[in-house]
This record gives sequence, structure tokens and C-alpha cells, in this order.
Amino acid sequence: MTPALEITDLRKSFGAMEIIRGVTLSIPAGERHAVIGPNGAGKSTLFHLISGHYRPSAGTIRLRGEAISGMAPHLINRRGLSRSFQITNIFPRLSVWENVRCATLWAMGYRYAFWRNIERLADARQRTEEILTEINLLDRWHVPAGVLSYAEQRALEIGLSIAGNAEVLLLDEPTAGMSRAETERVVALIRRVSEKRTLLMIEHDMGVVFDLADRISVLVYGEILASDTPERVKANPAVQQAYLGLEAS
Amino acid sequence: MSERTGAAPASAVPPLPTGRGAGFMATFGPWIAAAVVLAVLPQVLSSGLALSTLSLMGMMIIFALSYNMLLGQTGLLSFGHAVFFGLGGFLTVHAMNAFAADGPPLPLIALPLVGAAAGLFFGIVFGAVSTRRAGTTFAMITLGIGELVSSSALILRHFFGGEEGVSTDRTGLAPFLGLTFGSQLQVYYLIAAWCFVSVAAMYALTRTPFGRICNAVRDNPHRVAFIGYDPQRVRFLSFSLSGLFAGIAGALAAINFEIMNAGQLGATQSGTVILMAFIGGIGSFGGPIIGAILVTYLQVALSDITDAWQLYFGLLFIAMVMFAPDGIAGLLARQQPLLRGRQLHRVLPAYALALVPGLAAVAGLSLAVEMTNRLTVHAGDGPAMSFLHVPLRADAPVPWLVAVVLFAGGGWLFLRAGGVARQAYDEALAIVQGRGNAS
Amino acid sequence: MIEIVLISTLNGVLYGMLLFLMASGLTIIFSMMGVLNFAHASFYMLGAFFGFEISRRIGFWPGLVLAPLLVGLIGVAVERYGLRRVHRHGHVAELLFTFGLTFVIQEAVEMVWGKLPVDYRVPPSLDFPAFTVFATNYPAFKLFELLTALAIFAALLVVVTRTRIGLVVQAALTHPAMVAMLGHNVDRIFMLVFGVGAALAAVAGVIAGPALVTQSNMAALLGPILFVVVVIGGLGSLPGAFFASLLIGLVQTFAVASNASLADLLGPLASGAGSSFLRDIWNVTVAQVAPIIPYLLLVLILIFRPRGLMGQRES
Repeated sequence: MTPALEITDLRKSFGAMEIIRGVTLSIPAGERHAVIGPNGAGKSTLFHLISGHYRPSAGTIRLRGEAISGMAPHLINRRGLSRSFQITNIFPRLSVWENVRCATLWAMGYRYAFWRNIERLADARQRTEEILTEINLLDRWHVPAGVLSYAEQRALEIGLSIAGNAEVLLLDEPTAGMSRAETERVVALIRRVSEKRTLLMIEHDMGVVFDLADRISVLVYGEILASDTPERVKANPAVQQAYLGLEAS
Repeated sequence: MSERTGAAPASAVPPLPTGRGAGFMATFGPWIAAAVVLAVLPQVLSSGLALSTLSLMGMMIIFALSYNMLLGQTGLLSFGHAVFFGLGGFLTVHAMNAFAADGPPLPLIALPLVGAAAGLFFGIVFGAVSTRRAGTTFAMITLGIGELVSSSALILRHFFGGEEGVSTDRTGLAPFLGLTFGSQLQVYYLIAAWCFVSVAAMYALTRTPFGRICNAVRDNPHRVAFIGYDPQRVRFLSFSLSGLFAGIAGALAAINFEIMNAGQLGATQSGTVILMAFIGGIGSFGGPIIGAILVTYLQVALSDITDAWQLYFGLLFIAMVMFAPDGIAGLLARQQPLLRGRQLHRVLPAYALALVPGLAAVAGLSLAVEMTNRLTVHAGDGPAMSFLHVPLRADAPVPWLVAVVLFAGGGWLFLRAGGVARQAYDEALAIVQGRGNAS
Repeated sequence: MIEIVLISTLNGVLYGMLLFLMASGLTIIFSMMGVLNFAHASFYMLGAFFGFEISRRIGFWPGLVLAPLLVGLIGVAVERYGLRRVHRHGHVAELLFTFGLTFVIQEAVEMVWGKLPVDYRVPPSLDFPAFTVFATNYPAFKLFELLTALAIFAALLVVVTRTRIGLVVQAALTHPAMVAMLGHNVDRIFMLVFGVGAALAAVAGVIAGPALVTQSNMAALLGPILFVVVVIGGLGSLPGAFFASLLIGLVQTFAVASNASLADLLGPLASGAGSSFLRDIWNVTVAQVAPIIPYLLLVLILIFRPRGLMGQRES
């Protein structure tokens, strides 16, 4: 079966600096996959490459068999890949409701319609309500997104990335900066929304990683050191040495 | 309506959108009222000056709203919006002349469609170039396009008529239901009708999927790309449609003045529409309407009183940018929760307190401006003049001292009183919200 | 022919250097503060009028020093009491603030000096032909303009590469976010840079005033071209601004000196054919379209190289 996401010898340089140095990764459909690694390993750069924010210097990325490397972000999104951002990236002056509804529109097929009354789009309304229920923001629907609390904005961030019903979901540090209780809620949320999807996430919280991930890839200095089940990654001596050694220093 | 006891807290969750209309009167009431006002206005203000001012306001409302489709709705700062106004007007004038000579019997009332088509066409052409970029670069490109077109207007003399422009005669076209549009009153009704239709259309546009995505692009163009939309395409569509409505406004100007010249598509006209939209308030749909009405009125009224009126506009604009970037509509919108919570009486004294020194500062400033004006531009008329009916000499020290004291003292007190007013506002707002939360 | 080429080149370089004097201040302000100062050309105009006013009272040379100082102070005040306040409302508000400033400065200048050109003359000490190219005398004042522009360019280079503030400016050109992290005196550096930028524009005004026309519309005439220069060069790039200034300077001067038209090129095709609108296009000479050439260049650059000649940042 074609993998949901297949990355082959991906490279990215900024000037003389090579940040991603030949990453190869294959993620089967339905898998929950975590990317871990020390700061500066290139995890966010990898996400930017996959989602089209950066253009790869070399290598290919395939989404369900189709090459997407070098495509504009909106084209990749329309092919069924959606992402969240490490630094909250929402529409601050729009209400929570409008934030989510905007994110549903393309997938609903409304495109740039300037002749339809948006309030009459029952399917978009229903979907928006579902998402808001899912991310537990229904009672904040009328508030401008810019005045939400940090945790609420993080939840909305995830809401925006799942609203379009993309099959492959990339989450960049979804629990960063959250309290224990908030983290637990987000983990439950991720578990729910990734049930019928393929999930690729960057995460620093090892509890979350080992709790959620089917497989884990360890990225160190732009290279994949290991890519395996949580138990075997844990046991991998190279990972232990590189990762723990780096953490210790 | 009876006072609610144990009222729901102000922070209570309003009911979710249902998608069903809010009832006939809630939806169409304001529009019916606006139509009635437009119809009745000329009966109340029937002087020639009033009618021509109202006509001017009508076309400027369309122009300012079309500008706000860019700035307020999509976050695009354009410095060349008059291009579409002017080109729409010029093509309308040429169409009028052609139809009057030997064309099909198209009634005058349909001619704004020519302006709309021209505005849309040039919106597409120039939009294809300018909307490739956003932000500051976009602003500079629109500035360049504005200069390009207005400089070309002086070169292509046959189309743009050189310095004196191209004139036409609106009564030369086929009559419409017996109307020949010879009188200003008939032209007013033509403009009012088109104004109503255009405003309604632009309002409807804000309530479509496209309209909401425009807002999303304004807020965060980068993120829009990750929910499936191409921000460049959104900017392009918004730019083209905004050109269409600016073209309608230009066509109405052509019909109203029966002449178009290169000034109508130049930097001054582009600047005026920015002033209107911003002073009125770009954050709400109605803001630019307020701005268009106010700025047009001031233009007519102030230019009669003083020839330094453009300086006053510039200063008013800077003051708005510095102290009230939401414009008049924003200032009004902020009073709404107080009005609803019946706390407005708590802030009004503080506002009045700030108003007095504010007016004094304005008086001091304009006294200095008018005296300077007297000594320089009108040096030939001698230094004797009058300000607010007070006779004085512009070269005497006392009036200057008064001007400085009024401006400096008034300004200082205004800033102090402004702080008091803000505090009063915050307290009143806290009372409104607190009362809501307590119950 | 060679005569025209040589004279045009000289004049083009001169005009280009004048543009660069202003574009450099504009570029540095943009890089550091993220604000494209709309009123930059207005400072240039103020420089010219102050220069005129001072030179007719105490002479040209004191004017060359005092006028830029005065305008620099005005720039400092504008930054300190205007821009800094507007800053928290975002870039659009900043741009609009400086846009409003152009209105006010223009109106104020018109009020004080009127709408007609003022009699700002070349100082007697420089009012002689410096050298003769073919039959044309080349005025000493133009040579002085060129030398001043070059001297300021050199001084700018030294300041930017050799001094502490220069290093900050340089850092701002490439890493604007880092400069924001520098700490407490960034505010003062902004203020200083804004003042120096305004003063540079004023220097251009003082020396361009006598050579060109000192009139209340001079800011409105030059302003848009200035923005064309910085966009073509690539926003925030100093070398880009330099080359774009020279490019625009040369292209415009050569265009003005040319009499060719489409009708000359395609003569037989155009004769008698087409409506009066088309005849307009056929018969326009290159000299007549000179004013719009920079804007055409702008459009072309944006289609084929949206970043500008040397721009690095997408904005």
C-alpha cells in the first residue's frame, strides 16, 4: 500500500548551512508518528518543507504517492495535508467561530464564492460546531481569537488544522507551554482527532510521545538517527548516547 | 421591553448562529430606512448647494467603501485607488458621447455599468501586477501605477483631453421613463439609486465565503495558505472587485459633473479616499460611509471659509492616526457597551471636560495658521483680519501670544483630561461587565 | 551624438546620485524600523526651502550646514513624538502617519512660500563653467553637486562599516529582529537614524534646489520616483538602492534627450492608420514618456524579478 507520506533523501540548506541533511522517512496511512530530537535538530524546518512553507534544496516528498515537493502551501493543503504551528498562528481579529469556519470552507467546496450568503451554508455551520465541540471552545465561539487565553489559542490552532478534514495531519509541538492538566486534555484531543488520520507530530514532552506514538523518529543535526517503535527507540544505544548525551550537556 | 431581573451575565454565551434569517425587519429594516432617507433628503435639503453636495456624498460613499474592501477588509493599503475611479469616469464620458452621437438608445441610468466594466477591467489588469506582493511593497506598486496612469493621461491627449479634460452632455442620451436628467434633483436620484445598490452589494459581499476569507487574509495571510486558500488569488479578486465599485463611483462623477480630467485619477484623489476611509474608520463596514459624508461636507464647508483647509485635513488625519486609529466608527462602537449597560452618563462629563481644552487647542492652532496665511499668501491684503468675528492684526504680538497659549495650554489640558476620560471609560466599562459577572 | 551621450551620462549620474542621497536614508530607516517613510521627499523639499531662506540671508554655505541640521531636528521630533506613538498600532498606521505628514508639510510650505517657484540661485562662488565638453559649458555647481554626493556616499560607507552605530545599522539591514533585541538604547538609535535620514534628504534638497526648481510641488514630483528606486533596488538593500538610483537617473536623462517615437520606428505602418487615440501612441516621443519610464520599469521588475534587483527579504 502507498504510504501516506514518503520522504526521500530530503535536503535543505540556508546559504552554506545544511539544516536537513538527507532525511528519508516513510509513514503508512493511519500511523501516529512522532519526531523528537534536541533543539536545533531541524524538526520545524522538516515540517516547513513538508507543508510547502520552504522549498527543498534536494529530495522528494510524496503525499499518498503524489510528489508535492516544491508546491505552494495551499496546493499541498488541498491535496489533504494540514498542519499546526509551534507559535500560535490564528486569525486574531476574527471570532473563534469565523476562524474555524474559514478553515472548513475550501474542503466544503465553497472556494472563493462571492455570491453565496455564508450564514446559509448549513454544512459549514454544522462542521464548525462539531470542531468547536471537539476542541472544547463552543462556549467561546463569539470571542475574537486574539483575546483567548494561551491554552485556548493552542486548542484553536489544532482546530484550524483539523477543520479541513485533511487525511495527513502535522502538529508542531501541540502541548508546548501547557500545564499538566491542559496537556492531558490536548493528548486526549489528539488521540480522538487522529483516529482516522495519519499523524506526524513534533513533541518535546516524552510522556506525550510515548503515550501517543506508534513509531518515533529521532532527528539529530538534520539526520534521522533512528526510526522505530517507542520500545526499540528507547533501547537503541545510539539514540541513548546521542540524545541523552546532548541533553546532559 | 421589561428590565431583565438577574440578567444573564454580559459574558454569557450568546446563542450559536442558526443560519435562519433574523426576521424580516431585523434584516431589511435598516435598508428600508436608508432608502426612505435617501428618497426624502432632497425634500428637506432642497437648495442647489445641498443637492450637489448630497450627490457628491453619494458617489464618495461608494468610492470610500470600495477602498475599504482593500484596506479594511483585505488589509491592502493602496495609494492609487483613484485610477479606477478616473478610468471608470473617462470611459463613461466617452461612452456617453458615443451613445449620444449614434449609439444604441441606452438610457443614462445604465451608464454606470460602463464605469463598472472599466473599473473591473483595469482592476484585473493592474491587480495582476500589484497583488503579486503584499504589505509595503504592494503599497509602493499601487503608488507607481497611480503615477503611471496619471502621467500617461497627460501624454495621451485624445483620450484624456489633456489639461482641460473631456466633457459631455448627460441630456443627450435617450430619456428613461421620460427623465432626461437635466436637473440636479434627477441626477441626485440617479446617484442615490446607484449608491443604494452598490452599498447593498458591497455589504452582501462581506457576508460570503470570499468576504470572510478576505478578512482572514487581512489578519494572517500566511496562515490562509495552510487552510487551502491562495492569499495572492484572494488579494487579486478583492482588488478587481474593488476596482469595479470604484468605476461605478467614477461613472457617477462623470454623469454628475459632465466632465472628467486627469486630476480625477491622480494622487490627490487617491489621497482623499484614504482620508475618508480612515477618518470614518476602516474597522467596520459603516465607517467609510461616515468618513465620506464628513470629509465631503468639510471639503465643501471649509473651502468656503479658509484656503488652508487642506492643511486642516492633513492635521485631522494625523491626529486620527495617532489618537483614534479606529476612526469615528471605532470611537462610537466603543461607547456601545456603555449605552447598552446604561452607564453612558458616567463618562459624558469627562468627555465634556476633555472637549473644552481640545477645542481651545484647535482654536489656537487655527488662529496661528490663519495669521500665517494672512501674512504670507494674503500679504497684499494687509495684516488686519478677523478670526471667529474678532478683529485683530496678524502682525501684532498679542494674537500670536493668545494662539500659543491656547494651543499649548489647551493641548496640555486636553492630554490630561483625555487620561481622566479614559479612566472614567474603563471604570464605567468595569461596572457594566462587573454587574454582568456578579449575577 | 557622442556629445549627447556624454552630457546625458554626466547628468544621469548626477541625478542618480541625488536619488541615492535620499534613497540611502529611506533604506536605512526602512531596514531598522520597518517603516517606509512617505514623508522622506518632504524633508528633501524642506531642505531646499530652508536652504533658500538661509542662503538669501547669510549665504549658501551656512545654508548647506544649517538647513540639514534644522530638518534633522524636525525628523527627530517627528520620530520621538509621532512615529514612536503610532508604532504600536502597526505598520499601516505608521505608513499612514508619514503619508499624512506629506500633506501637512506640503500645505505648510505652500502657505509660507506660495505655489510659485522661489528664486533659489547657484552661489556666486560656484557660478562659472568648470569645463567644456564639446560646445557645452559644464557648470561648476553641477560638479560640486556630484562631489558632494560622492563625499556623502563615502562618508556613509565609512560610518556604516566603521562605527558602532554603523554596525547596528548594518545588523539591522540583514537581521532586523536581532537589533530589536539589542536592548534599551534602540529607541535612541531609531531617533538618531531617523534624524540623520531626514538631514541627508535635506542635504539633497539644499544642493538640488538651485540646480532644479525649488517649488512646493517638488516633493510630490520626486517622492513617487524615490519609492520606485527603493522597490526596484529591493526594499532594505543599500547596494540595490545605489544601482537602482543610477539606473533610473541614467534612463530618465537619456529618455529626455531622445526624440524617437513609434511613428519614427514604424513610420509607414502608422501613417493615416487608426483612430486619433492610436495616433497619440504612435506620435509620442521617448522624451515625452520619460516621466512614466520609471513606473514602467517598476512594473517590469515586479513581473520578472519580484524581489527587486538586490532584495533579499520577501515582504
